[in-house]
Amino acid sequence: MTVLVDISHRLGDFSLDVRFESAGRLTALFGPSGSGKTTLINMIAGLIRPDKGRIEADGRVLVDTGAGIFVPKHRRRIGMVFQDARLFPHMSVAGNLRYGRWFTPAAERYADMDAVVELLGIGPLMDRRPAKLSGGERQRVAIGRALLASPRLLLMDEPLASLDEARKAEILPYIERLRDETKIPIVYVSHSVAEVARLARDVVMLAQGNVIASGPTEAVMQRLDLLPAEERGEGGAVLDTRVLRHDENFGMTVLGSAAGEIRVPRLAAAAGAPVRIRIRARDVMIATEQPAGLSALNILPGTIVAISPGEGPAVEVGIDCNGATVLARITEQSRHALKLRLGGHVFAVIKTVSFDRANTGAGLPAEADG
Amino acid sequence: MNWLLDLTPDEWNAVRLSIKVATVAMLFSLPPGILIALLLARGQFWGKTLLNGLVHLPLILPPVVTGYLLLLTFGKRGPAGAFLAEHFGIVFSFRWTGAALACGVMGFPLMVRAIRLSIEAVDRRMEAAAGTLGANPLWVFATITLPLILPGLIAGAILSFAKAMGEFGATITFVSNIPNETQTLPSAIYTFTQVPGGDEGALRLTLISIVISMGALVASEVLARRVGRRMDME
Repeated sequence: MTVLVDISHRLGDFSLDVRFESAGRLTALFGPSGSGKTTLINMIAGLIRPDKGRIEADGRVLVDTGAGIFVPKHRRRIGMVFQDARLFPHMSVAGNLRYGRWFTPAAERYADMDAVVELLGIGPLMDRRPAKLSGGERQRVAIGRALLASPRLLLMDEPLASLDEARKAEILPYIERLRDETKIPIVYVSHSVAEVARLARDVVMLAQGNVIASGPTEAVMQRLDLLPAEERGEGGAVLDTRVLRHDENFGMTVLGSAAGEIRVPRLAAAAGAPVRIRIRARDVMIATEQPAGLSALNILPGTIVAISPGEGPAVEVGIDCNGATVLARITEQSRHALKLRLGGHVFAVIKTVSFDRANTGAGLPAEADG
Repeated sequence: MNWLLDLTPDEWNAVRLSIKVATVAMLFSLPPGILIALLLARGQFWGKTLLNGLVHLPLILPPVVTGYLLLLTFGKRGPAGAFLAEHFGIVFSFRWTGAALACGVMGFPLMVRAIRLSIEAVDRRMEAAAGTLGANPLWVFATITLPLILPGLIAGAILSFAKAMGEFGATITFVSNIPNETQTLPSAIYTFTQVPGGDEGALRLTLISIVISMGALVASEVLARRVGRRMDME
């Protein structure tokens, strides 16, 4: 399943010129508000007609302005989860869930009601009206409704943006399950580094209507300079790791990565399970010698492979730790004092407590602390 | 109380006829009312202002003028009247159907206004969401728009009904005042006031008229509230 978008569109002063192709399980369209990502996803869904260009999904041409092709939204079979859920107020949760299913030709219905209800944990809500649901419940029902239309592609437009942190933490595991347990490719719009790093396999980064970077999440997220100003503090390395073991005495989990063992607060995942972590650049210190008498538990040896100017007095240092790159944000003064240069051998120091739930993929709430 | 319910057969006929005329006027106005309201609320076309003005005309013209225009168009010799009589056997002039037509036309602007306002209040993003779920525009209208504008539809229908119950000028001009055929409540009351000793009958019919209109209003309130509650709560 691939998605191909190659469009140009003008909206007053704003112009959108985007070309990207994605074949991933979950591709994030990432950028600050006003970068055009919502317009783009609305074009894929068929809610906005681009001035010029071509959109394909799964080899099927949805838009080709040159050939005069524009498949209307109800024939695209593309599911959409809106930021504001948009549940139908005059139907119960069950009615909302059945809505899309009803319009899907029987032969193309692959989504199973019971499985989706179970996947999203919405069984107890079936008879309720949307007005009586919490924001998180509403969003889960909206995801279920889109899934039950058996879409070929699922679009999610900032599904967590209008929720508070607790509700976000409630829904994120469900989206991870969706990504891992179903076969539907997902395009996920977000302006949050935390969400993108945790969920996405691929990232298309947008700014002012243009693609400024695209590729695998670990690679794109290295480009701290491209992050929107308000999200820069959240930026850092993204590492794919596996659970090695749990340390019950101290309530910790030991993860194995290319860079070495990393200790994080106890996760709900079982041994062997893949866990993606994000190490914020601002949480990483650099030592030129193996530190002793230090409280920080994670000390990863490596080689400096990049030094780039950061914001204000900061510089961003990329450290290659046996193939995995860790980013550190330090002051120019420290760099000077430590005489850091490319190729130098250093140690990246990371406190265990700097890993919170937002930057480690934790299991479902029900399994947490289990 | 007895004197109130002790109606003469002619008076009963006037009450029955009025309810029949108002109901038929309301029901037949609904489909074109929804269509015109949709056009006015969402359409972008040349002549929209003209259509809007045309719809509102019965509201601002003297009812006698509207009635006379109906007579000219839908009367026996009128172009529309002759056509309908010849091809479909539908005759309006001096029939209760003509009274229903006059009442429907007079209530039409009120109905369209109410429905139009409720269409404009519909969250179109809901309709877009339904579209992404595979519903074509007709289904979206039937399953999303229509249920969402139900309170407005009820309000418009009741307004049309109430207007029809009270319509006098256009009706009497178009179809005259024939007992058992076109003599609606207002015409009957008018007739009573024109004859000596008709006061009691006029008063009886007036009270009945008030009861029916109030009943319609209360019914619409109850219905609208029930629809609203179904959407917000439970």
